[in-house]
Amino acid sequence: MRALLEKHFGKFWLALVFAFLYLPLLFMIVFSFNSTRQDARFTGFSLRWYEALLNDTKIIDGFWLSLKVALTTGVLSAVLATFAAFVLVRYRRFLGRTIFSGMVNAPLVMPEVIIGLSLLLLFVGAQNVFGWPQRGMFTIILGHTLLGMAYGMVVIQSRLLEMDRRIEEAAMDLGARPHQVFFLVTLPNIFQAILAAFLLAFTLSFDDVVISEFLSGPGVTTLPQVIFGYARRGINPTIYAAATLLIATVTVVIVSYAVWVARSTRKREREMAAAARQELKALGA
Amino acid sequence: MAAFQLSLPGKRFVIGVPYLWLFVFFFLPFLILLYISFVDMGSDIHPFKPLWDGQAGVLRLKYENYLSIFRVTEGAPWFRTLYIDAYVRSIGYALATALLCLFIGYPFAYFIARSAPSVRPALLLMVMLPFWTSFLLRVYAWKGLLGDNGVINRFFMTVGLTSEPVQMLYTNVSMLVGMTYVYLPFMVLPLYANLVKMDFRLLEAAYDLGATPFKAFWLVTVPLSKAGIIAGFMLVFIPCVGEFVIPSLLGGPSNLMIGRVVWDEMFTANDWPKATALAVVMIALIVVPLALYYHYTGDRSEGGKP
Repeated sequence: MRALLEKHFGKFWLALVFAFLYLPLLFMIVFSFNSTRQDARFTGFSLRWYEALLNDTKIIDGFWLSLKVALTTGVLSAVLATFAAFVLVRYRRFLGRTIFSGMVNAPLVMPEVIIGLSLLLLFVGAQNVFGWPQRGMFTIILGHTLLGMAYGMVVIQSRLLEMDRRIEEAAMDLGARPHQVFFLVTLPNIFQAILAAFLLAFTLSFDDVVISEFLSGPGVTTLPQVIFGYARRGINPTIYAAATLLIATVTVVIVSYAVWVARSTRKREREMAAAARQELKALGA
Repeated sequence: MAAFQLSLPGKRFVIGVPYLWLFVFFFLPFLILLYISFVDMGSDIHPFKPLWDGQAGVLRLKYENYLSIFRVTEGAPWFRTLYIDAYVRSIGYALATALLCLFIGYPFAYFIARSAPSVRPALLLMVMLPFWTSFLLRVYAWKGLLGDNGVINRFFMTVGLTSEPVQMLYTNVSMLVGMTYVYLPFMVLPLYANLVKMDFRLLEAAYDLGATPFKAFWLVTVPLSKAGIIAGFMLVFIPCVGEFVIPSLLGGPSNLMIGRVVWDEMFTANDWPKATALAVVMIALIVVPLALYYHYTGDRSEGGKP
């Protein structure tokens, strides 16, 4: 009786919260196909908002800029996060370790307004002293990378911590040089996490409004900045169309990533089981 | 101990790259922020004056930027300023959001953790999916949902709950719905990571010993998941204090939060010292709960987060 009640209440609660989580997404998908600007009544199917989206040069320009920014941010963040995670996990003692670990984690808890403001002050100061950098794409990338690196670091760090270090020792025993160990053993082992860090940094960058608002220069507007500008003005189904395309893309990417992870995990397990069987056979023989 | 040791120059390089990066792009900007918060406001071209006055040969340290947060002018009553209001409001919204996320997210995470192991990855993926789609767009959707002519009002009117539209947009309702919606996964994920490791036989033991379900939950499950509750609470509370986008889209003039005030001081009033002083106080407000958190949980920067 108790279990039954819990089971039903559990299902009910899960359904309710999932409905809450997906209601806005569903709403945008449905109304992106609406034939009028109405935001509560579906007046008929049409693709006019998709047409408007493709003809909106501000959105298209913003999209390409955001894509460039996010790709660069993703790569830079993944590289820097790998460095930082490696340092934190492998070097227990060095001068200023506490400061280092504080600085890596701090962007995770700093409001974006403060990150944006303080970086703006740095760039303005540098511009006064060196005449460089001009505010624009470059400064936005630097700002996003600060955030992306911190998030990526968390992902890679936990993978590095659970990695079996005896395989590195085995490689060393077999005569591999330290850089060979890193590139042939360590890196393939944490590759999944590095890819996750890239995706995370890419998404953060592609989605960010606040840091971009602080760090962008004249004529440089990322997609979220364009959308933010539209959004403050009122209802615009063109944005729903953009959202629908984004939801579709994200769903495909995330689901394929999850399937890929599940598959490679299974493959690894199968290989390990096969190796164990062979070992047993060898012992028996 | 170490499986492989890099040579000293190699080690220096590996540590040096991220160190230098963080020093230049995190530490230095923060020092500049702190510096400007102590100087005088300047002109349009030079928004702040130098701390060291070369001509007079004196240090011009200004505390006024901080004092004016608490008292606008001499003789005015303390703590009755727009800034204090914005701070109090920001903390209030952050607390309310964290509590709402906890009430909604705890049972949610609990039932995911108790579901069959085969469906758990799919359920978690379903929690993560909205989280990966644009935060901005999801907030924007609520603008359409909660508006006077929005879907929810229309639904209420059709059902007969109300005869005319209820104003929800640009009020506390839309602010809290938007913030809870956005930050719910931040509460659910650490709670889930904690609850999934729990040994549910402990609950059975409590039942066998005569505990009611509520008592067992309150005396066994909740204390065991304390770390997850605190982590989720912090992950929601901290970013909420500085939230900028949600009040801009879903809040009205009466829902002004401190992030927006900093922005206005910086770009509308062009008062850089005031903006930076407000930012420094905001950091202090966030560091205090964070320090308490680390004090009670211990530094887990090496322990791997969920």
